[in-house]
Amino acid sequence: MTPFGQGIDAAWSALCEGRSAVAPCRTFDFGGFPTPFVAQVPDELFDVKNVVPKSYRKATKVMSRDIELAVGAAFEAVREAGLVTKAHEQGSVTIPPGRFGCHVGAGLIAAEENELTSALSTARSADGSFDFGAWGTEGMKNLTPLWMLKYLPNMLACHVTIVHDCQGPSNTITCGEASSLLSLGESMRVIGRGDADACISGGAESKTNLMGMMRQHYARRLAATVPGEDPAAVVRPFAADAKGCVPGEGGGLLVLEAMETAAARGATALAELAGFGASQSFCADTLGVEPEADGQGIVDAIEAALADAGMDAGGIDAIIPFGTGVPMLDAAERAAIAKVFGARAAKVPLITLCPGIGNCGAGAGAIAASVAVRALREQRLPARINCADAGGLDAACAPSRDATLRAVLVFTPSLGGQNAAAVIRSIA
Amino acid sequence: MSAPRIVVTGTGWITPLGHDIESVWKRLLAAESGMAPITRFDARTFPTTFAAEVRDYDVSRFVKDARVHATAGLNSQFALGAASQAWRQAGLDRTPPRDPRRVGLYLGAGEGVLDTANYVGSNLAAWDPAAGAVDGRRWAEAALARMAPAREIEQEPNMPLAHLAREFNARGPAYNCLTACAASTQAIGEAFSILRRGDADVMVAGGTHTMIHLLGVTGFNRLTALSEFKGDPTEASRPFSLDRGGFVMGEGSGMIVLETLEHAAARGATPLCEVVGYGSSCDAYRITDIQPEGRGAAVAMEAALRQAGIDPHARDAQGRPPIQYISAHGTGTKENDSIETRAVKRVFGELAREIPMSSIKSMMGHLIAAAGSVEFITCVLAIRDGMVPPTRNLRVPDPELDLDYVPNAARRLPVDVCVSNNFGFGGQNDSLVVRRFTA
Repeated sequence: MTPFGQGIDAAWSALCEGRSAVAPCRTFDFGGFPTPFVAQVPDELFDVKNVVPKSYRKATKVMSRDIELAVGAAFEAVREAGLVTKAHEQGSVTIPPGRFGCHVGAGLIAAEENELTSALSTARSADGSFDFGAWGTEGMKNLTPLWMLKYLPNMLACHVTIVHDCQGPSNTITCGEASSLLSLGESMRVIGRGDADACISGGAESKTNLMGMMRQHYARRLAATVPGEDPAAVVRPFAADAKGCVPGEGGGLLVLEAMETAAARGATALAELAGFGASQSFCADTLGVEPEADGQGIVDAIEAALADAGMDAGGIDAIIPFGTGVPMLDAAERAAIAKVFGARAAKVPLITLCPGIGNCGAGAGAIAASVAVRALREQRLPARINCADAGGLDAACAPSRDATLRAVLVFTPSLGGQNAAAVIRSIA
Repeated sequence: MSAPRIVVTGTGWITPLGHDIESVWKRLLAAESGMAPITRFDARTFPTTFAAEVRDYDVSRFVKDARVHATAGLNSQFALGAASQAWRQAGLDRTPPRDPRRVGLYLGAGEGVLDTANYVGSNLAAWDPAAGAVDGRRWAEAALARMAPAREIEQEPNMPLAHLAREFNARGPAYNCLTACAASTQAIGEAFSILRRGDADVMVAGGTHTMIHLLGVTGFNRLTALSEFKGDPTEASRPFSLDRGGFVMGEGSGMIVLETLEHAAARGATPLCEVVGYGSSCDAYRITDIQPEGRGAAVAMEAALRQAGIDPHARDAQGRPPIQYISAHGTGTKENDSIETRAVKRVFGELAREIPMSSIKSMMGHLIAAAGSVEFITCVLAIRDGMVPPTRNLRVPDPELDLDYVPNAARRLPVDVCVSNNFGFGGQNDSLVVRRFTA
């Protein structure tokens, strides 16, 4: 689920054409921030009612945007996997519910401002300030009883597990932008230790709201723009003139499955999650607004993933870094790539996603993993935009092209210092 | 190669009943309550006016350098205090791990506390009643003038992780899971799994949370999950009692140090007990209700027991039930306590009635994401001291709830194996099996 629309086909073709979905925010006037630009999933391309069974439509009323994105991504993943789940409402399910897990990365979900403020505004003192007394007696009744359940981070997994009847292990990882890759790692381990045969795994988040925007601003992640600037050209990963990112919304969920059970049900394996690694950076500023300059934490995660895959860096044919275009983050990622790949660092092509879809937060890593799977299937690199000179990395503007890809490395560091890396390998 | 044995070598907590292991444990065994009127905001007109708050807490007493944690929110402050106790008890301050990449973190930490005054103030300042909407431009102007960057960033749920990583120079696998009330049980279980797999030597695991704030209490009041008791707050939390009426919010943190037995032995650390089983499942039932038969809860317990190699229907060598204490989720809501009882009976059959099962939420309230971590620690202490904590306020037996809930008074009882259960809104069920350590 990306700002290009619902499903991997929409994202893949847009990426190959070198398009960007960055545009002025359509839900709020963001003119008061350093940039009015965001990357949103267009309403005309996604309606959550179309991705849930009829019997579950009522529940969409208690879905925040983040939940909608996760439910949409799960629908696409289950469809592509050819699984029959409870969501089909007919036919017999092709995975035992008790052997079906779910791991979802989620962000700090922002309350819908209009809904909440409409209620808050009923409890004001004469001077206009908030009146706790009036809120306690009457005001809070203006919030729907289930209000809080829209915003608990684990409600993404809750809805997905109900729709698809996943009764196996379920977890919700909340480690900023590293969340969804960490979730893929969790699913891999759960399947590896025999606790599930398959998992719906990934993450989703929308940062295209007032609090999301504000927190990105405070984390010094936003690109400042001037009136008249082309939104499609704002985010420029690894470019000398990189100046920041824009908030995005989206998510990716994948079906991860043990090779044996996938084969037994005659499923087509799209790619292999061959290795996974996680680490924590040392953050001098504690919060990790500023990354570790030498990228050592990222290096540790990548090396753990390579070791887990039984490979060395020489086997990696493309890299999907986070690549936000935030100069200090780009520098740390660049340092990590240099350390891991040595002399080859300049030659391994990078796939950059943020110019087109912004920072999709907890959804970012799983979107990257989904793109990696597709690139391996197509033996093709998508286009790159907005970077004239990547200063020693293969990350400058380029059209989409055919490429021999055996394995793709995906990594995401996060605000807060957690790092995750995955090696995704071609099945062929 | 068989999986390594995983032991607990350190414990720590910051709770409404105190800030160190021993004094809180004494108060739990004395069936004391931490509930009192809410002081964090003016809740006098709310349906619920009380909670169990952490009082007189000063994080600078616990950390090496308070300056690097200057912006820490309450949840991170609680986490730092609890984890520092555990780290010291484990002796890791004296024998720090040689390779920081082998030290991981797995927390079930909640989100930080909203900057209520400035958030609500910004929303109201930007409210356009005619449009029925917040004006984005005015909101940005108001919020930029009021809010503080670090205070906003500290609300991200992975910030307790960031603080602990900084404090202990932990550079291994680092995760935060937020599966509501099951979060820290799940965190301990996953940390245990990471160690078993060999991906780290030491894991700091546990939870931290506070939801005692405007929108936290509002949210739970709207769900009618909280006790709205009008009498003495210390009598409000009544798990397993016929007159139970909802849970009482607590806050705080529980943290443990888990390590491989090999690593603990090599540095001469004393194992406090051993984690031998972890089970996790999902109800996949409804967003508000628990599966009425307790299916998911039973599956989680059974999985944890299976991993521990324990047959729930077989007595041990001394003729006792295979588990001598269950730390219940025991929230004190009608639904939870009934279904949890059903699930325990489903798992242990005839033996269920012989297993003492209590809820410390009756005394320190419900620490939400942190609940599992403090409850796990009470299991460690129950094994150490041969004492089982009581369920306070259990005065009116519920005819449908016929297990041994250890009403009102602690009990002296040799305990060697415990189960700790937690179930979350959203359907996650997690169970841990912890056993007395024997070489």
